[in-house]
Amino acid sequence: MDGSKLSLDELKDRFSEIKPALSKREASIEANRCLYCFDAPCIAACPTSIDVPTFIHKISTDNVLGAATTILEANLLAATCSRVCPVEELCEGACVLGTDHKPIEIGRLQRYAMDYLYDRDLMPLTTAPPNGKKVAVIGAGPAGLSCAGELAKLGYQVTVLEKQNLPGGLSTYGIVVMREPIRIALEEVEFVKKLGVEIKTGVEVGKDISAKDLLEQYDAVFIATGMGKVPDLGIPGEDLSGVSEALSFIAETKLAEKEGLERLSKLPVGRRVAVIGAGNTAIDAATIAKRLGADNVTIVYRRSAEEMPAYDFEYEFIKNEGVEFRFLSQPLEILGENGQVSGLRCDKMQLGEPGDDGRHQVSPVPNSEFTLECDQVIKAIGQEKLLELFAAFELELKRGYVKVDETLRSSNPQVFAGGDCIRAGGLAMTVTATEDGKIAAKSIHNWLLETTS
Amino acid sequence: MADLSTTFAGIKSPNPFWLASAPPTNSAYQINKAFEQGWGGAVWKTIGAPVLNVSSRYGGYEYKGNKLVAINNVELISDRPLEVNLREIREVKKLWSGRAVIVSAMVESKPEAWHDVVMKIEDTGADGIELNYGCPHGMSERGMGAAVGQVPEYCTMITEWVTSVASIPVIVKLTPNVTDITKPALAAVQAKADALSLINTINSIIGVDLDNFQLKPNVGGKGSHGGYAGPAVKPVALHMLSAVAQEEAVQRVGLPISGMGGIQTWRDAAEFLLLGATSLQVCTAVMHYGFRIIEDLTEGLSNWLDEKGIKSVGEIIGASVPRVSDFGDFDLSYKVVARIDPETCTNCNLCYIACDEGAHQCIDLTVDGHKIDPASYAGSVKPIPVVREDDCVGCNLCSLVCPVDSCITMLEVDSGRDSITWKELTSQKPEVLNWDEMEKYRREVGIKIH
Repeated sequence: MDGSKLSLDELKDRFSEIKPALSKREASIEANRCLYCFDAPCIAACPTSIDVPTFIHKISTDNVLGAATTILEANLLAATCSRVCPVEELCEGACVLGTDHKPIEIGRLQRYAMDYLYDRDLMPLTTAPPNGKKVAVIGAGPAGLSCAGELAKLGYQVTVLEKQNLPGGLSTYGIVVMREPIRIALEEVEFVKKLGVEIKTGVEVGKDISAKDLLEQYDAVFIATGMGKVPDLGIPGEDLSGVSEALSFIAETKLAEKEGLERLSKLPVGRRVAVIGAGNTAIDAATIAKRLGADNVTIVYRRSAEEMPAYDFEYEFIKNEGVEFRFLSQPLEILGENGQVSGLRCDKMQLGEPGDDGRHQVSPVPNSEFTLECDQVIKAIGQEKLLELFAAFELELKRGYVKVDETLRSSNPQVFAGGDCIRAGGLAMTVTATEDGKIAAKSIHNWLLETTS
Repeated sequence: MADLSTTFAGIKSPNPFWLASAPPTNSAYQINKAFEQGWGGAVWKTIGAPVLNVSSRYGGYEYKGNKLVAINNVELISDRPLEVNLREIREVKKLWSGRAVIVSAMVESKPEAWHDVVMKIEDTGADGIELNYGCPHGMSERGMGAAVGQVPEYCTMITEWVTSVASIPVIVKLTPNVTDITKPALAAVQAKADALSLINTINSIIGVDLDNFQLKPNVGGKGSHGGYAGPAVKPVALHMLSAVAQEEAVQRVGLPISGMGGIQTWRDAAEFLLLGATSLQVCTAVMHYGFRIIEDLTEGLSNWLDEKGIKSVGEIIGASVPRVSDFGDFDLSYKVVARIDPETCTNCNLCYIACDEGAHQCIDLTVDGHKIDPASYAGSVKPIPVVREDDCVGCNLCSLVCPVDSCITMLEVDSGRDSITWKELTSQKPEVLNWDEMEKYRREVGIKIH
């Protein structure tokens, strides 16, 4: 595998944000198109209940700082959310204008307000005086940052422990560059730090500090670790050169883009790439491979298009990228030549009766084996749960996720949890993680108020 | 955060935003709701003479898909019994001591009627009285409202009836349905009014229904002129405000003015303040969107003041009034010309056609620097509009029609002439009022008429 064969200009085109920023005039026209509904459905459709009509009204009067303030009061990860939220399924999907014409571009207007704030380095939020209470947050992704920021606003001394070298979680490492450049994720982290939150990176709980020490040193702990590593497929050939997993592949492009296009152009990519899995991460990895210049990218999925976990709009998007699909195909072995990937041997599958989860069972079609020629295989088949860490806190689990009540408190009264470590699949979004952080912060606050009064 | 608190004729409010006397201030229910959301004050919907209202009442002016660019109405003053209004006013003022509660009044043009209503209003604990000399429909036919505001002598007389007995501030609300707003304003000053407010609604017919030829709003097959208000009236209100604010007699006694007429956003509010308003009244925007707009009004104004490094709203009141001048004092040698940025130009050519047919013919359509005739040009290269700066009179029209931000800028250039005003010129050289002499003068100083 070599670096991209594309010119730097072409790479720039391919890795710039998919939706461009709104100009001031565009934002003004779009904001003035908003009806400023009362008790609006877009607010109800937002998991963090951003007061959408109010912030858009403020953009329409050119009170953009006020707009950003309204947004941040509900959502500290608003710059990320404005870029990565599936708005078609959330606020924009609920817009009353959608019934007879085009819904308001809420996501892009939110981005306009957040860009305004970050470009000017403004801090419109105020924090309460220190209350002497300490909270540890494990994981500096959206849920952790949201919880940390909300608690800091209430006067808590919050320390976030992050295993990775950079904070930001999936915003930093996992969301493709074209949706959110790393710069945005890190600006958002800086904003939370300005609220008084301390973030320690390169610190792994269970290794650098024990769960027991954390519970002793802090009044409460919020676990927002997300998910762990991508598991093995359990098929031969996984150790061949040219086999990687989707999240690392995406993370490499994020970090490379941060250093410049030159660095991005040196990233190795196959000519023929097979991506295993059909979730949103698989779509992202396939998009990246294609945009880095792979001649052919094929998504290999053992079920049919109907069962794909990826959003419909992602599926539409990727078809336009020229990515191919091999549905009803189950990888059996990664083939190699001289230690390097040369192909993917698969079985054809057939749909059977629907299983417990409503999805069709699949079974191999006898004698249907075929080989997909490829020089790179990317695995996008979900992530493992961080069971060891959960065990260290002696937490009850539910299907491998931390079991929490509606206040996001775990079986250990001192420990709360949120984000991807408490929920699965399609419901796991940045915006739900952000809301988890808010809920947990409120619960921690209420609990500590009770115990001290 | 800038200090928005306001003192108006001794009446204090936490911000300059008051609800104007109108449907949003019809009841304690509404005003309590408004105060909960942060409004600084409210002028109670006019109380006084008994009335009967009609239905329908309002007409909307929709312009190019925008609803309620303006509204007009034939609604009268409060039709709730006087006693109910007075009781509620008392309750509201008791609950909200820090907010401005003003009561608008309009009664028959008799001294005893005015004395009586003043006493009743004072008895509620209200902070001030606003005399409604503005209502342009329904009441004026009965010798009230605009019928008073349009005759300066009546204005003085009735204001005196009130100021002679009132112990709380008296605000005279002026009608814009006059040729010169300063006349009734000065009449009120003469009668020792404590403050002025303007503008009330403008006489209007909002439109005709093309399906059935009915006027809008339609009251059982008939229509009438109604009071025009909302964003579209703002420029008229700003003019009248500045005219009154500039009056020497108003400035001498330091008479505060409550400005209104189309205030929809904090930007509008800032303009009213700059042109001399001490407090601001809002109606149509609330009728459209509800009391919640107060959040953006106060926050937007405060953010803007912060950005400008201004500590309190008081510092900007009237700051632009000294710039309001007569035409005769304009510098005839000041010169701006339009410049079109070819990089951002989208070739819509609206500037070209506006200048060529609607103004002074100084924009050319060009290809490779050569003027082309759009009627016969058939080339594939899109022509670019270019201003002939020597001919440009600096009228602004092209920059006003240009849909692209900062594509057309009006650039100040040196005309090469000494500064002189029309007043100076005509006093130094009265002969220029003769065309031949004017031509001679132009040649001398190098004024070229294109």
